Amino acid sequence: MIDIWFLTAFILLLWMILSIIRAVAGPTAPDRVVALDTINTLVVAIMIILSVAYSQIIFVDVAIVYALLSFVATLYIAKYLEGGI
Amino acid sequence: MKAFIVTTIDAYLIYLVLTAGSGNFLYFWSPAEMIMGVFLAIIVGAVSRNYLCRSRNYRMLNPVRWFKFLVYGFGPFFEAMAKANVDVAYRVITGKIRPGIVKINPELKTDFGLTFLANSITLTPGTLSVDVDEKRNYLFVHWINVKKGEEKKEFADYRYVCGTFPIWARRIAE
Amino acid sequence: MWTQYLIWIFLGIGLTFNGLGAIGLLRFPDVYTRLHAATKATTFGSIFTSLAVVTFAFTQLYLNGKMANLQLGLHTIVAIASLLLTNPVGAHAIARAAHRSGVKPEKAVVDKLAEVKK
Repeated sequence: MIDIWFLTAFILLLWMILSIIRAVAGPTAPDRVVALDTINTLVVAIMIILSVAYSQIIFVDVAIVYALLSFVATLYIAKYLEGGI
Repeated sequence: MKAFIVTTIDAYLIYLVLTAGSGNFLYFWSPAEMIMGVFLAIIVGAVSRNYLCRSRNYRMLNPVRWFKFLVYGFGPFFEAMAKANVDVAYRVITGKIRPGIVKINPELKTDFGLTFLANSITLTPGTLSVDVDEKRNYLFVHWINVKKGEEKKEFADYRYVCGTFPIWARRIAE
Repeated sequence: MWTQYLIWIFLGIGLTFNGLGAIGLLRFPDVYTRLHAATKATTFGSIFTSLAVVTFAFTQLYLNGKMANLQLGLHTIVAIASLLLTNPVGAHAIARAAHRSGVKPEKAVVDKLAEVKK
C-alpha cells in the first residue's frame, strides 16, 4: 500500500506543475508572479507533508523560513513591477 | 523603552513556542535553550523595536482585544473563508464572473485597522483589496461578481462587499 | 484511532481546494481574477493539509508521548500562522503592482481606481 503522505505530496506536485504552465504561458509579468506565489505556497505545504513522510521535523522549520523569505521576494518583485526600484 | 520591552517579550514567546519539547525543565524546555532565548530576544528587541511598535500606541496590549480577535478568527472569519472557497470553486467550474474595481469607505482611522480589514477582505468571498487611499482611508476592492446597481454609486455599500468586517476591525483594532 | 479518518478528510479537503486554485489559475481571464483563485484557494487548502499534520502529530503524542511529536505540531501551527499572515499581503502587493504597471481588469463593469488616476 502506498503511504498516504507520499500520495498527498505527489498530488500537490501535480498541482504545482499546473501552476508552472501558467508561469511559463502568462501573457504579462504579474501573471507570472501570481503563478510563482502559488507555487511558493504549495512548496510550503509539500515540505510540511514530507516532514511527516520522512519523519524529519527540521523540514517544518525550513518551511517556515521558506514562507517568510518567499514573501519578501514577492514584495520585492511587486515593487520592481511598480517601478519603485 | 516600552517598545523595546514589548518586542523582547514577543520574540521570547515565539522562541519558547519553537523550542518546546527540547527538555524537561517546566515539562517542556531545557534550561540551556531558555537562557539562550533570553539573549537572542534581547538582541532582536534592540534591533527591531522601532518596527513592531512604530505608531507608539500600545492599545493592542489589552487582553480583551486578543480575546475578541480569537472569537473573530474562529467564528465569522473562518465561516466567511469557507464560503469564499466554495464560491471560488463555483466560479472556477462555471466561469460566471462580472468583475470590477469598486471603492469603499470603511470609516476606519488607524493603519492597523485598515491592514487588518484589507487582509480579511482578501481572504473572504469574491473580493480582493487592490489599493488604498492613504489620506482618506478608502479601500479599492476588486470584486469578482459586482452586484447589479453597485457600479453606479460613488462608494459601494460595504455591507455587500465585506459584511460585518469593518465593525469587527473597529472593535479589535481601534 | 478515529483521528485517522479526520486526517483523511483534512487531506481530501486540502487537496481539492489546492487543485481548484491551480485550475482557476489556468481558467480565469485576467490577473486579478487569477489572484482570487490563487490566494484564497491555495491558502485554505494548505491550511487544511497542515491541519492534517497537526492532527497526526497530536494523535502520535497522545499514543506514545514522544516530545518530537509536540515539536512537529507546534512548528506546523507556526507555519500555518505565517502562511495566513503573508499570503494576503503578497496578493495585495501583486494586485497593486499590476494596476500601477498598467494591466487593466478584463471585462470589468467598473474601475474606480483608474478614474482616480486620471
